[in-house]
This record gives sequence, structure tokens and C-alpha cells, in this order.
Amino acid sequence: MSMLERQPRATTPLLLDRIWQISWPLVLLLTAIAGIGFALLYSAAGGSFQPWAQKQMLRFALGLTGLILVALVDLRIWLRLAYVIYAVALVLLVAVEVRGEIGMGAQRWIDVGLLQLQPSEVMKIALVLALARYFHGLDLDDIGRPVLLIVPAALVLAPAALVLKQPDLGTALMLGACGGVMFFIAGVRMWKFAVVLAGLAAMVPVAWEFLRDYQKKRVLTFLNPEADPLGAGYHIIQSKIALGSGGLFGKGYLLGSQTHLNFLPEKQTDFIFTILAEEWGLVGGLVLLGLYMLVILYGILIALRSQNQFGRLLAMGVSSTLFLYAFINCGMVMGLLPVVGVPLALVSFGGTAMLTILFGMGLVMAVYVHRDMELNRQGEIGTD
Amino acid sequence: MRQDRSQARTFTRRALLLGGGQALLFCALGARLYYLQVVEASRYTMLADENRINVRLLPPPRGHVFDRYGEPLAVNVENYRLVLVPEQIGDLERALDIIDRIAPLGEADRRRVLREARRKRGFVPILVRGNLTWDEVARIEVNAVDLPGVAIDPGLSRRYPQGEVMGHVVGYVAAVAEHELTGDPLLELPDFRIGKDGIERFRETDLRGLAGASEVEINAYGRVIRELGRRSGHAGEPVFLTVDLELQRYVGQRLAQERSAAAVVIDVHTGEVVSLASSPGFDPNLFSSGISQADWNTLRQDPRAPLANKAIMGQYAPGSTFKMMVAVAALETKAITPEQTIHCPGHYELGEQRFHCWKRGGHGPMNMHDAMKHSCDVYFYELARRVGIDRLAPMCRRFALGEPTGIELPAERPGLIPSREWKLQARKASWVQGETVLTGIGQGYVLTTPLQLAVMTARLVNGGRAVVPRLTRPAAMRENQPPPRRDLFPSLGISPQTLAAVRDGMAAVVNEQGGTAYAIRLRDGDLRIGGKTGTSQVRRISMAERERGVRRNDELPWRHRDHALFVGYGPVDAPRYAVSVVVEHGGGGSSVAAPIARDILVETLRRDPSRLVPPSRVVAEGTGGRS
Repeated sequence: MSMLERQPRATTPLLLDRIWQISWPLVLLLTAIAGIGFALLYSAAGGSFQPWAQKQMLRFALGLTGLILVALVDLRIWLRLAYVIYAVALVLLVAVEVRGEIGMGAQRWIDVGLLQLQPSEVMKIALVLALARYFHGLDLDDIGRPVLLIVPAALVLAPAALVLKQPDLGTALMLGACGGVMFFIAGVRMWKFAVVLAGLAAMVPVAWEFLRDYQKKRVLTFLNPEADPLGAGYHIIQSKIALGSGGLFGKGYLLGSQTHLNFLPEKQTDFIFTILAEEWGLVGGLVLLGLYMLVILYGILIALRSQNQFGRLLAMGVSSTLFLYAFINCGMVMGLLPVVGVPLALVSFGGTAMLTILFGMGLVMAVYVHRDMELNRQGEIGTD
Repeated sequence: MRQDRSQARTFTRRALLLGGGQALLFCALGARLYYLQVVEASRYTMLADENRINVRLLPPPRGHVFDRYGEPLAVNVENYRLVLVPEQIGDLERALDIIDRIAPLGEADRRRVLREARRKRGFVPILVRGNLTWDEVARIEVNAVDLPGVAIDPGLSRRYPQGEVMGHVVGYVAAVAEHELTGDPLLELPDFRIGKDGIERFRETDLRGLAGASEVEINAYGRVIRELGRRSGHAGEPVFLTVDLELQRYVGQRLAQERSAAAVVIDVHTGEVVSLASSPGFDPNLFSSGISQADWNTLRQDPRAPLANKAIMGQYAPGSTFKMMVAVAALETKAITPEQTIHCPGHYELGEQRFHCWKRGGHGPMNMHDAMKHSCDVYFYELARRVGIDRLAPMCRRFALGEPTGIELPAERPGLIPSREWKLQARKASWVQGETVLTGIGQGYVLTTPLQLAVMTARLVNGGRAVVPRLTRPAAMRENQPPPRRDLFPSLGISPQTLAAVRDGMAAVVNEQGGTAYAIRLRDGDLRIGGKTGTSQVRRISMAERERGVRRNDELPWRHRDHALFVGYGPVDAPRYAVSVVVEHGGGGSSVAAPIARDILVETLRRDPSRLVPPSRVVAEGTGGRS
């Protein structure tokens, strides 16, 4: 593992060096995952690049270019920009919320021409960035002081509350989970987690009252999908049928009956995993899960290899976000989790999620490129 | 520095913990996938097929019904139906307006179409109107450009080209009723029709055929994507009747001259029913396309019961046509010989009871020949008393009375031959001798159907063979069909002398001066027929009325008048056909029923295809008969 080898302490690497430092195997893995996505979108359209696959490929090309650029930018710049990016994401979220208030319905995106920007997706990475920046500035003793946890808690709760109001339970939970991961790897004491979790558990009955009817229905449906097979349970039942009928090796590419006969609505977005599992079987499903695991493992190794706390937290945070995307989506499709609107990272059709995740992976790559950089608490080169 | 290191160590520890946790959760996903795709795979594969595969039944074309010469009696005709597909049509109201101008729609049809269009999915065709005329079809085709989504859908519907003539025999088809559902999915098709009466009902299984099926792949909205496979059924089998359509038409017309009547013509050797008619009839075509309430009420409320096939469902006291049974029983039990006479003073005393002969002054001494010829009641009162009900009833059953004949029609009635056991059971009283006496002239409890009377006559004149009536044949008659064998059925074991004596009496009824049906004799002389008249009383004539003078039939309301009956056969010398005629409340057997029976028999013999009796012989013997 060459990247774990201790290089001589460097200051700012030169641009050309940085390009050499980019971990191309990771890029290759990401391309493989996205490639599976293209194939599935091609199948979902009944064997056509229109309307999804071609668009998705363009976005990926754009996102990949972005990833390289992000990776080449000095990590200190990202550290400085962290709060700014978070602020922008928060403003966008508020903007969507305000627009929704003035009567355009539950619209979760802002149209920026090329894609419909979903601020809630952007926020997932922005939150990781902001928390990494914040915890980078604290030492272990600081982290032990509860007062200093108020600010990061607010950083998590503000967007979560906004998203919950949209209402988008899935993204809100994901933001909460992201925040939790960041707190955990920053070194917050275990008992504090226990207290918060206990508190949340106690809150559940109260929170239940605040859920919208359709959200309650989704949770109840998850608990017993057969109760309403043509209504709320339809998605999950048809999804399980698609998966189960795929068998070990699948029905063959472009031959999935559940997919092509439209028994599964919205198959190109959140339920795209069912196409893979139906047409390629268990083998196809495990290959994709394996690729995700490799990418996440890469991310964790990069985090462990980083010489600065910001890089560690950032790489670990982004990897965990990717994990959450994959796990929540797959769990939902397999009937292990309630149906919440979380796309399958890099595979589902959707611009914002694709670009945000590639931006996040760009940050991980930036951490790798600048792995030997030592930063003090203010984000300057050097140690405290 | 130390701070940094311990922070890094904490991070490493927690990162590994987190990574481990994530790996575990991923393993859980893998396990779940394995469970769904390997352990439960077969169950979900089945569910996926249930999702996508839909079996559609292909209704088989119903078998046709033909008469004995292959004339069509029930056929399938292309029925042009107007259907529309709402999603292709745009403005439904406007389209219906256009259609209304071309092929008039009722308000009810219009409302039904609009309702179905709201309820069903846009691509499901909706029936707008059935039974389009050629003219309407042509005009719709011409306007096709203005009517996208409107199509003419050819289907099969049942037609009865002979209309009323064959109504009772062929029956009709109609929509399946709730209680007729057997679980066979074919019956649940919205347009499916099954036999409800006549041959259509009796031979339903053969006529229906076997449904094919088409397996189609459908998508989530129910739209058919492609056909996966097709299992062909087979069409219903054709059914050939023994009935001769032209004869039936003639019989129908002849009966229609009376208010309500029934007639049966049967081949005495083969049992083939060549005509079986009940008048008035009904047009079965009314039913196959759904009968209107008004038509239905008219049919139902008519006191002449046009829906009932009186030839098999009408049960009448046989009256004097029953006297042959008494005669056969008496001769067979040696209660009398043909030559022995009984004196008829015009009435018959049995204890305190007095039974009247139809001729008030009496017939004087009567032997069997004369008693039959004059239909003397007293002679047969005495005969019945001598034989007794215990020997008379079994003889009647040997001649097919008192039980269904087994004709291939639904709802045949059994008639009634009374006996001691029957009376004890049904009336909770013991049999008295007066009832035996009354039975002797075919009154009292005894009931027969016209078909039973025809079979009885056939068995009397065919040499005493147990002929059984048949309504269907394996195929249509071919030309040069060999003459039917005369020993198709087992013998009843009646002595030839007995049968000869009875036949002699029946011939005398028609051909001898003084015979009750002498008026119907054939004067041109090349053919002789025999028979027996019958007049059965519907009401009881009280003593008081008898003293005042019995009212004449035409003074009574229709439903109180006597039934007129006649059973006959011909030719006398080589019997070939037996006929029975019942005219409900028609009055006298000799004046009303006999002429009809004569005309039917003559027409039957004239149309006899096999010419069993060469015309020359008919002429030769016709002149030399007893007169």
C-alpha cells in the first residue's frame, strides 16, 4: 500500500506533482460504479440512451472533471471555504423553503439550466465540510467540553430542520446521521452519544405526531407492506418481487419483466437497484455492493493516511456519506428500511446527487493529494 | 504534538470501528439479497409471472343445429358491434354525438358508455352498440376519418333462421345467470351465452365446445404487450335433429289455426320424432340478443303459455285415446275376447254410482271392434272394472305412459298413471273401484303428454316394440338411405292377436261408417289411416247440470272447454308414422283434433323420404279395405 508509506514532510506540492498524486484506481472504481448506472439507465429506457443514460454520462464527465479540479485545489483553500460553502447551501435551502411557502408547492430544487439543483443534496457534503472545519479547530480537551458542541450541533440541526419541513424525512435523517458520524470520529465521548440516542428514543412518540400522513403511512407500510398491496405497499412489494425473481444470475440484460412492463414506477431514480438485481441477479447486486465497499475502504484508508485532522475528518465524513447513500437506498429497496427518498449514489438518475458526490470524492482526493501536509488549528501549514 | 497524536489515535480507533460497522451493515445487505434472490427466488419468480402473464379465454364458436336434411336451425352470425377506445377518441361527448347521427343510440346506452369510460382505463375498448345493420356498418366505415378510436368489432351471435317454427325444439341461448356459474371461467365472459331451453340447453356441453386460451404478457397498466402462447380450443359440435323442418313448418301452421295446441309425429320403427310442435310458439331470436321487458311480459302473461312446450310439458287426461290401453290390458289378461259383447244402455251402474256413456241412448251390444269404432264408454267402464287398476297400470307403463320418455329436451313432464300405492301416498286415501271405472275412459287421475300419446300409439302399431323417441341423429339424412330396420327395439311381449284387434278397432274409427272419425277418412282412396279420438273433460259435470242439460262447449268460457285429442297412424296396412294432436280446450276430438291429425299424417306420408310403402301398393290396398 504505497499511499500509507510515510513521505518526507512536504510543504505545498507543485501542481504537476499533485496530478501525479491523484489516486487513479479510485477514479477507476468511481467510473465503474457510474458505468453500471449508465447500463441500468439504458435498460430502464427500454434499450435506449434517451432520455436518461446519455444525460447521466454527460453529467458524470462534467462531475469527473470537477473532481480532478477539486482534488488539485490546495486543501487549505477548502478549509477556508468550508463555512462559506455551508452558508451558501443553507441559503439555497432557505430559498427553496421560501419559494415553497409562496405557493409553488413542495418543490425541492432550483432550476439552474443544466440541472435542477437540489440544495438538500449539496448540504450533505457542505455539512461534512463545515463540521470537519469546526472539529479541526478543536483539540481533544475542547471536544470534552459540552459548550463547544453547541455550535456543531446547530450546524447539523439547522439544515435538518429545514429539510424536514420540506418535508423530506430521508434527507433529514441522513443529515442527522452524517452529523453523528462526524461527532463520533471527532472523538466525542461515547456516553454523550448514549444520552442523545436515549433522548431521541424518548422523542419518537412526540415526533410521530409531527409526521405527515404519507410519512406515517410509509413507516407503517414498511412494517407491514402486504396490508395495502395496491397503495402504499405497492412499491416495496413490487421491488421485492423484482429482486427475488432475479435469482442468482438474473433474467438477462434488458429482459427484466418487472422493469420493462412498468410494474416498478420511478425505476430510473430511487429504485434503480431493482433493475440491476432483476437483470443481473445476486451476482450483479453483490458486484455493485463490492464496488461501493472498495470506494469506502479507499476513503477510510485515505483518512487514516492523512497527516492533518481536517483531512481525516473530511475523508472519513465523505466516505461515510457515500456509505449512508448506498446502505439506506439498498436497505429500502430490499425492504429492510422504510421507503425514504434517498438515491443510489452515482447510479440513480439525478444531477445534483451525482455532482455532489463527485465533488465530495474530489475533496477526498484532495485530502489524498495533500496527505502529508500538516496543518495547525488555524489551518496554516505547521503544527501547534 | 502529543495532543495531535492522541487525537490521531482516537480518530484511527473510531474510524476503524466505524468502518467495521459499515462493513457489517453491508454484509447484512448481502445476506438480505441472498435471502431474497436465492432462498425465496422461486416464490418471487412466480409472483413476477403472475404480474406479467394474463390468460385470455378464446370463446369457441357454438355448434350449429340442423334438421334431418341439414337445413340450418341455429347458426352463428357475424354480429357487428361498435366499440370505442376512449384514449384515442379525444372529446367523447362529441364523438357520441357523431355516432348518434349515424347509428342511433339510446339515452341509456349513452349514459352507460360515459360511465364505463370514467371507470375503465383509457385503452380498454367499450361496447357502444351491438347488432349494427349493414347500412350502419357502412356509414361508420365511411366516417372513420372523423372518428378515431371507433372500431367495428365482429363477434358471433346466435341466429335462429326459422324463427318461431323451431322455437320450442331448438330452444334458445341467453346470458349466463348467477346460479349457472360453475367456476368455468368461460361462463364469466361478459358476452357469453348458454342454452336455456330446448336442444340448445339439453346438448349444451356438445354445442359449447372447448375454449382456447391465449397467454399474453401485460404491463402494469394491463395493456397487452405481446402474445406468449396460444392454446387452441375446438368449436362446438353440430347437432342434427330428426325433425323435418318443412313438415314442422306445416304442422306449426296447421296448429296455429287453433288457439292452443300441440302435436307430435314419430316414426314408429325408429322412434325418430319428425315433428314436435306446440302452438302458439315464440321467436327464439328475441332471447339471443337479450329480450326486452315488454316482450317478456307479453310472453309470460299470455294464458296460452307460448313459452311452454306443450308437446312434452302439457299433461292432459287422455280421454278416449286411453281406451286402447284398456283394450290391450283386457285382451292380454283374457278379461274379454274381441268377439264377446257388452250391452250399453247409455249408462253404467257401480253400486250407487252411475257412469254415463257419451251417447245418452246407449250403443246396445258392443264387441271390441264396435266399441272402439263408436268409442263406447260403457264397454270400457266394464273392461276397466274387469281388468282392475293393478293390472291396468303396469300395462300403461309398458306403453311408455306415466314416466318421462327420455326425449332429448329439458323439462319433460312424466304424466301420471294412478295406482293404489300412488293414491295412498299422494292423496292419503285408498283406491276405490269407481276410480278404476273412470280410468277406463281416460279420465280421473290419469294424465299424459302429447309425446307419450304418440309413443303409445307407435308401440301399438309397430308390432308391439318398445320404441323410444329420439330427437337427434348422428348426421343428416343422405339420399338413398336404406329403409330403417323394424326390429331396432325389443318386443313388449304383447300377443299379435291383441295388437291386431286394437289396430282393427283404430282403423274402423276412421274408415267405417259410424266411426267417430269417419269424417276425416281419405276419400281419394290411395291411403288409409287409423286412429282414435278423445275428448277430455276439464271440469266436473254435476248431477244438477246433467238434469238441466249439459251445456254445450261453445257456451263455456275457453278455459273450461274440453280438450280435443286424437292419436293416429298411417298407413293402416304398413304403419310408418304415429301422430298425436291435443287441442287445448278445443272441444270435440273428432271434430277438432282429428282433421288436424289427418292433415299432418297425410303431409308426413307425402314427404316420407324413404318411401317405405310403394305408392302402387297404397293405391291397390286403399280401395279394398273394410268399409
